[in-house]
Amino acid sequence: MSEPMLDLQGVHTRIGAYHILHGVDLQVAKGEMTVLLGRNGAGKTTTLRTIMGLWPTAEGTITFQGESIASRPTPEISRRGIAYVPENMGIFSDLTVCENMLLAACDTKRAEDLDAKRLEWIFGLFPALRKFWQYPAGLLSGGQKQMLAVARGIVEPRKLLLVDEPSKGLAPAIIQNMITAFRELKQTETTILLVEQNFNFARQLGDQVAVMDGGRIVHSGTMASLVADEALQQHLLGLSLTAHQ
Amino acid sequence: MTTTATTVPATDALPAEVKTDRLPLLLIPALALLALPLTGSFSTWVTLTFAGLAMGMIIFIIASGLTLVFGLMDVLNFGHGLFITLGAYVAVSVIGRMIGYVESPSLMRNLMAVVPAMLIAMVVVGAVGFVFERVIIRPVYGQPLKQIMITMGGMIVGVELVKVIWGAQALPLPLPAAFSGSLLFGDAAVEKYRLITTVVGLLVFAAMLWVLSRTKVGLLIRAGVQDREMVESLGYRIGLLFFGVFIAGAALAGLGGVMWGMYQQTIVPEMGGAINVLLFIVIIIGGLGSVGGCFIGALLVGLVANYTGFLAPKVALFSNILLMVLILLWRPQGLYPVVKR
Repeated sequence: MSEPMLDLQGVHTRIGAYHILHGVDLQVAKGEMTVLLGRNGAGKTTTLRTIMGLWPTAEGTITFQGESIASRPTPEISRRGIAYVPENMGIFSDLTVCENMLLAACDTKRAEDLDAKRLEWIFGLFPALRKFWQYPAGLLSGGQKQMLAVARGIVEPRKLLLVDEPSKGLAPAIIQNMITAFRELKQTETTILLVEQNFNFARQLGDQVAVMDGGRIVHSGTMASLVADEALQQHLLGLSLTAHQ
Repeated sequence: MTTTATTVPATDALPAEVKTDRLPLLLIPALALLALPLTGSFSTWVTLTFAGLAMGMIIFIIASGLTLVFGLMDVLNFGHGLFITLGAYVAVSVIGRMIGYVESPSLMRNLMAVVPAMLIAMVVVGAVGFVFERVIIRPVYGQPLKQIMITMGGMIVGVELVKVIWGAQALPLPLPAAFSGSLLFGDAAVEKYRLITTVVGLLVFAAMLWVLSRTKVGLLIRAGVQDREMVESLGYRIGLLFFGVFIAGAALAGLGGVMWGMYQQTIVPEMGGAINVLLFIVIIIGGLGSVGGCFIGALLVGLVANYTGFLAPKVALFSNILLMVLILLWRPQGLYPVVKR
């Protein structure tokens, strides 16, 4: 693994009386896609939210590009170049697609000032967004909303993209579209930490993989080695890729 | 960066047609038309309708900040009435020093007194709002019960301070000479001040709509009302945004206080507290956090108060509560509910 851009060491998160993360150790390598796998309730979403400062870090360190970001205010973490696509997509349904994109470009005041070349690239990845540019985002389908959520994360160049279950609830055809889009995104050497439950989706994209269970990382390594080891898949995820397909 | 046109089966279908919910907008003309035969004469109806619209516009100016403050941070500010009182008292102090301008029949000289009075009231009340948010509201974010108690307490203390500064007795807030009197439309007499109030209310509403729909700050406010966590995740400090909205809301309440004081022509320290209930009825009717809903709610409250005051004075005592109950039976989240996450 190349030099880690994001490094979590012994991270604990408590939400009220609940102790959710029990010492998470996770490294995200620069320019690679790391996939965080695990069943429901394993702590994947909490890990992303803790990185973003949406839950405070109770113990441990989170370092981004060599600087501590643990429990820093969320806007400050975002301004350091981390984009977050939450599980619920976080779309502003009363705002148009254009307005949603404009808000994601922090230092741009007007839609006309959005980087046209980058916008064309995004429209290439997600053509539906061009078509519905002036539509209220609340009227989009689930797949279109997910496209908008990811597009918002990349409307400006970011150092790290945190994406929470982008395939959740999507039709197979749209999932395939997402895979194509993420592959293209990988070519730009964007560093991505992707949370997934869909192993078939994850194995097509991930360079590195970490598996969570009970609020801890129980396995980390390359995606290729996990894909090749059916017994390990069975042991870690309770499934084998062959059976999953 | 390369561009690859990906195929997007099943994603290119046009979304359902964009439909604006216009039904609540129809309530205002429907209510006015319903009142027309009941009032018995067209001229009375015109007078009552303009009185209702003017009252509604002032309530809207006062309540618009309150609804945004709730929408953005779920803060229930029961101390909003203090800003109304303070606005009116600051205006009394300013106008008291320019009484010659107010009594002059010249519109220009009247404006030379009233406009500075309004601006100074907005600045002073905005500054008080700044302190109120920092000292009283900030320590109780996310604690609704404490918010209710402490903001009510803050208002009580503020009102007592007003009594210390200006005295407990009622003070006159004279209407400028050029604003007095009525215009005749056939047999119907419409007070000039009510017309002016209606125009000012419309201007404030238009300005708010412009800010909310055409500026990035406006977009952030609308987005923050829906999902403040996502706004923060995009890199914006929602606390700062809320702080700005709170101060602007307080300043608008100050402006409303000046207008309400001139409407009544007499002010008392308790005037803000007396309107507080009305404000909460308006923002609940409109849908908490919705500026458009607040506008319609305020006009409905103004019209219902005037029509029932004329037709059935006993009903007028609880007409606004009745209106709220009826609206909530129809739309439990208010006329324009804000989808929050």
